Amino acid sequence: MAFAFLAGAIFGAGLLVSGMTDTAKVQGWLDVFGAWDPTLAFVLGGAILPMAVAWRVAAHRRMAVLGTALPGPPDPRLGHNLVLGSVLFGMGWGLAGLCPGPAMASLGWGGWGGALFLAAMLAGMYAAPAVRARVDRLAAA
Amino acid sequence: MIEQDWIWGFAGGLLIGGAASLYLLVNGRIMGASGIVGGLVDRSGWATAAERLAFIAGLVLVPLVLKLAFFPAATTHLTQNAAVIVAAGLLVGIGTRLANGCTSGHGVCGISRFSLRGIVATVFYLLAGGIAVVLFRHLLGVI
Repeated sequence: MAFAFLAGAIFGAGLLVSGMTDTAKVQGWLDVFGAWDPTLAFVLGGAILPMAVAWRVAAHRRMAVLGTALPGPPDPRLGHNLVLGSVLFGMGWGLAGLCPGPAMASLGWGGWGGALFLAAMLAGMYAAPAVRARVDRLAAA
Repeated sequence: MIEQDWIWGFAGGLLIGGAASLYLLVNGRIMGASGIVGGLVDRSGWATAAERLAFIAGLVLVPLVLKLAFFPAATTHLTQNAAVIVAAGLLVGIGTRLANGCTSGHGVCGISRFSLRGIVATVFYLLAGGIAVVLFRHLLGVI
């Protein structure tokens, strides 16, 4: 519990400091034909570096510090849901400039718009299992 | 991009990666924002609800305190167009759950372990995001 709070806290601090909670910077990064802003490449690079080390450490451990099992190897299957879901997510990310982490991190000062985005995102997550079932039926047909 | 932005970006990135490392090595979990909150919404993660809620509490409260104390000028610059906000939120919610991950889960945690799913997802959401900005900003003028 305490460590989960701490992880969320450090994650949120990183999102604020890096500029990920600023939709103008995020859309500037996605806007390759406008005034392109490369900052997010440094954010992603800075995040991947320590995490790559953490995965190497995890590979030599039998369990996590708190005694829980470590995640298994990555699932190699791709599938239509991965591609369709990522395209839908990318469209929404580009439209508003918010992805799930920054949407929660900026809730405290994002005003009515930030709260509305989060509410719509949660509604989408609630609807997602039904959407997935429909997509799977269409794919199987 | 002003000159110091990349330093703040890289420093913030290190914090994000540090948080993901902590959550993996201490809690044994993959730090994916959409999965952590999505599991609460669709009930698939209720067995670990306390851990998820603690993570979300830190994620919501601590950036707010930091913003008030050290970054008073920070703003989200979010559009004021309610229809765009709702459409974008629905797309992000449905899309990340269909794909089983977002920028943190697929992007940070997936790419750093050379997960094919993470790499493919990241390519598609970056492409779709770029196309969305070009389409809705430069062609349609909505955002």
